[in-house]
Amino acid sequence: MAFSLPPLPFDRAALEPVLSAESFDYHHGKHHKAYVDKVNGWIEEKGLEGKSLVEVIRLAKDRNDRALANQAGQIWNHDFFWQGLAPEGSTRPSDKLARLIEASFGGQDGLVEKMAEAAVGHFGSGWAWLVLAGDALKVTSLHDGDTPLSLENVKPLLTLDVWEHAYYIDYRNERPRFAKTVLGKVVNWDFVSQNIEQDSIAKADQLVDA
Amino acid sequence: MADQSLSATLPPLAAAGPVFGLPPLPYGAGDLKPVLSAETLQIHHGKHHARYVETLNHLLSDRPDAPRTLEAVVRAAQADGERGLFNNAAQAWNHAFFWESMRSKTSRPGGLLAGAIASAFGDVDALGRRFIAEGTGHFGSGWVWLVARGDALDVISTHDAGSPIVEEGVTPLLSCDIWEHAYYIDHRQDRAGWLTIWWSMLANWHFADRQYGAALGHGEPWRYPAPRAA
Repeated sequence: MAFSLPPLPFDRAALEPVLSAESFDYHHGKHHKAYVDKVNGWIEEKGLEGKSLVEVIRLAKDRNDRALANQAGQIWNHDFFWQGLAPEGSTRPSDKLARLIEASFGGQDGLVEKMAEAAVGHFGSGWAWLVLAGDALKVTSLHDGDTPLSLENVKPLLTLDVWEHAYYIDYRNERPRFAKTVLGKVVNWDFVSQNIEQDSIAKADQLVDA
Repeated sequence: MADQSLSATLPPLAAAGPVFGLPPLPYGAGDLKPVLSAETLQIHHGKHHARYVETLNHLLSDRPDAPRTLEAVVRAAQADGERGLFNNAAQAWNHAFFWESMRSKTSRPGGLLAGAIASAFGDVDALGRRFIAEGTGHFGSGWVWLVARGDALDVISTHDAGSPIVEEGVTPLLSCDIWEHAYYIDHRQDRAGWLTIWWSMLANWHFADRQYGAALGHGEPWRYPAPRAA
């Protein structure tokens, strides 16, 4: 019984040169995998049989089990992050998303700028988020392994990993250039558009399989 | 890169507060190879550390009443809950301490410290295992420390910019940086590998001996270089 490492939804070289195949080998093949392995090692000990990943994240919070919340949260965060990426020019915002972006940020460039600002301004490890709050788009950031499941009344739409392991191979210390390049070029706008209509939290959920 | 690190040490124009410098590395950028590449040290010192010092000076530039030592700035920022100031001041201090904690040739702890290690941990190798496990188990960014509380030794980790100098009566002896930027170029995701080779090849026991002496009341502990008065 185990959670699985969700495969990347694109070829590991499909986002070059924005994100290299090597960076995915480490980020997906080592970091994301390590979180999955760690939680799988706890399934019996922590009584996680039959649970979904989202249930595990919520119960970890209820039990005040910081280690489990971090590791399970990172499985979910990374899966959501991969789904929000796509090869340059392959996707575009729906009309509804475009209108929301226009209303909240004055346009796509404004959104990229605002989200990059949140990414750069976040001290230490964490995640920049675009969320839907009521009928407005908002940008925020969360620390370490925290997930938007902990936020009240918002729907996560898109995330950018700002742990240093996300950009050090391709961008070294340059978090601003990493954030602007990824957000400006390889966002999966189809995924973001669908998240407005759908249960986005379920998108990175999975069941412990038998 | 040299230009950038130089500019980071220049005071903001019309600074009214203290202006801290970026202490130079106590060795050449290539001297810690192969554990740490020159590229790592140039970016870590010339970009990351320089940026913390630059931001710190910016935050202090309109504070003529700010304390005149970095240790006091760190403690005051912590006490006042000034997060941004604390993060940059403590990171400036932690990095300078980290550079001192490394040496191109490691050695063994001296008599006094060796005795304290024996009574607290059994031996240096057992201490090393404890130090490596503490850093490997720390989730996210932070620092691993060997510290003395009075004459008693302990291994702790601090999160993000956390620093043991905010705790009364604690003297740090050694520190290893476990932010990913410290090891990603040379060791990728392998934090355990980084801590293991750091412990066996780079730990500066001469420095730790002096720090432990200071903890016992013999001499002064290491301090961040004094600021240039405004």
